[in-house]
Amino acid sequence: MPDQGLGTPLLEVDHVTLRFGGVVALNDVDFTVRKGEILGLIGPNGAGKTTCFNAITGVVRPTSGAIRFAGSKVVGRKRYKITRLGIARTFQNIRLFPEMTALENVLVGADARHKTSVVGALFRLYRVRVRANELTAVTAGSGMLRSVQSLRRTGQKVFGLSRHTLEERAARERALELMRLVGIEQRTGELARNLSYGEQRRLEIARALATEPDLLCLDEPAAGFNPAEKESLLALIRKIRDTGVTVLLIEHDMRLVMGVTDRIVVLEFGKKIAEGSPAEIRDNPAVIAAYLGVPTDAA
Amino acid sequence: MSGVMEKARKADEGRARAMSGLRERWAALPRSWRYGVIVALIVLLYYLPGLQPPLLYTPGTDFTTVLFLCAVYVLIAVGLNVVVGLAGLLDLGYVGFYAVGAYSVAILGSPDSPVVVKFPWLVCVPIAIAIAMVSGVILGWPTLRLRGDYLAIVTLGFGEIIANIATFSGITNGTRGIGSVPQPSEANWPSWMNWFPGAATGQPIFDVAHVVGYYWLALTVVLICIFGVRRLERSRVGRSWLAIREDEEAAEIMGVPTFKYKLWAFAIGAALGGLSGALFFSKQQFINSTTFDLFTSILWVAAVVIGGAGNQFGVAVGAILLAYLPERFREFADYRLLTFGVVLIVMTIFRPQGLFPSRRRSVELQDRAKEVTVDA
Repeated sequence: MPDQGLGTPLLEVDHVTLRFGGVVALNDVDFTVRKGEILGLIGPNGAGKTTCFNAITGVVRPTSGAIRFAGSKVVGRKRYKITRLGIARTFQNIRLFPEMTALENVLVGADARHKTSVVGALFRLYRVRVRANELTAVTAGSGMLRSVQSLRRTGQKVFGLSRHTLEERAARERALELMRLVGIEQRTGELARNLSYGEQRRLEIARALATEPDLLCLDEPAAGFNPAEKESLLALIRKIRDTGVTVLLIEHDMRLVMGVTDRIVVLEFGKKIAEGSPAEIRDNPAVIAAYLGVPTDAA
Repeated sequence: MSGVMEKARKADEGRARAMSGLRERWAALPRSWRYGVIVALIVLLYYLPGLQPPLLYTPGTDFTTVLFLCAVYVLIAVGLNVVVGLAGLLDLGYVGFYAVGAYSVAILGSPDSPVVVKFPWLVCVPIAIAIAMVSGVILGWPTLRLRGDYLAIVTLGFGEIIANIATFSGITNGTRGIGSVPQPSEANWPSWMNWFPGAATGQPIFDVAHVVGYYWLALTVVLICIFGVRRLERSRVGRSWLAIREDEEAAEIMGVPTFKYKLWAFAIGAALGGLSGALFFSKQQFINSTTFDLFTSILWVAAVVIGGAGNQFGVAVGAILLAYLPERFREFADYRLLTFGVVLIVMTIFRPQGLFPSRRRSVELQDRAKEVTVDA
């Protein structure tokens, strides 16, 4: 794991308040996600965890407060631009594209980084400048065209190949790699709706990772999983972190959260009530009260 | 009754299985074979006016004229399919774009039009496409922020507005119309084309009485457009359209600039609609405001849905049926709307995914049918 910049703030949620009419969904929430860590966001039902995600990804706009990602403002930016900034997310209630194949779902994510225009996709003009990490995709072609391409390659310019084809090939390779990472590589051609529940959750993670994020926000990725599935998901989350992606994790299951996170932020009724390492959180009386309720005589 | 339905549904399931088998077999063929079959089909399409096939032959109407009409309708369906089938935007005012394209050619090219300039056809058509495209963007810019039903209502209004402008504006000459719409070319058939029926030497290529030239032109345009749309379909553009159709919000959060792609779908659809209008009225030579009514728009959407929204082959078949059947069975032509209504109802019961559904949709609806049987 690259140690550079580790621990510097990546996402800053700066005193964010969000009201829906009279309801205060987020009340002066303030926390920071640091580069390279796994931060858990927990709290009882209705605490505002998902609302917090929605504010970060631009689905809802905070009433006041600021959100900064790697120094740039997030609030007010268009949703797809926030994604291109480097924030990706999954959904609590799975929202895949059900009538597209699993592979196509991941490719939609990869398209966030693609530069082919509509006109370019139509005419596929045959000359392209290649980035170093795309060179494998150039050689992935076969037959006569490939030898022509390698013959006429001068420096980084490749002739006989369009940006569309190059990006399509590179994206396919990358998508397969991601599907292998999350463990559904044998289901590439299947429609997303036909995948099992667990596979759909994993596909969502692959799709989010395909957008090449710096920060991955997982909204209850283990909901409905059995202990064995949860265990393998934990391993997956760690693996993702080790590839250099920072993870922000919403989770209900305390054991799972304690097992994987570096730090935890606790919300209750839209307010942050605690922040700290898993051990600190476990012993925090306010957290215990929030989860178990406070006995009436103590209050 | 339920017994009959059950039987019909079973028969249809069998057919669907046979078809998906066909699709797989087609996909399994070597590439060269597939190209061979496609080329043979295209040659056959070009040769059709010379064949006058006995069963297909239309009594009372020139067969080539019907073929030309089919080609124009296919072009319309391909354009509408981009909007309705791929991007999932219900457009009930498509006839508006068709009218814009047609009138652009007529007004810019005809000596009878109130506008004094007279451009040749080859100049008019690109301008007509551009104007239709711009009108699509102008309509789409404010309205594509709306969803579903609202978009349908706004586009419906757009179609009506265009029809009203055509009737009441001075520049379009209303119901009296504009004559001498420019022809693609004044040239005559060369002598080496003599072997083909309808292409006699000394006759003009683009002639109202012998429309082989028009048919070939329309067919060529259709093939190019199908190829182009297919390219878009199989790129990030098509993927974005599908993602928008499936779940617009999720698509946007995954980095798809949804508004931009919806606007592109609208613009491309409008351009193809305008092109088809320009083509059709270059053959017709005369244009007036009576042909651009709401029913036409609705029939086109019906053709796309019946053929199988999202699948280019399917919508082409739907369009051909819409154009061909009333000509083949003239005695029933007045019942066209009624027939289409009945067919639509029957289809929604037995085959909601259309005659030739896109791969995705057929799977979806088969599964839904299974769920229903499990519940029952």
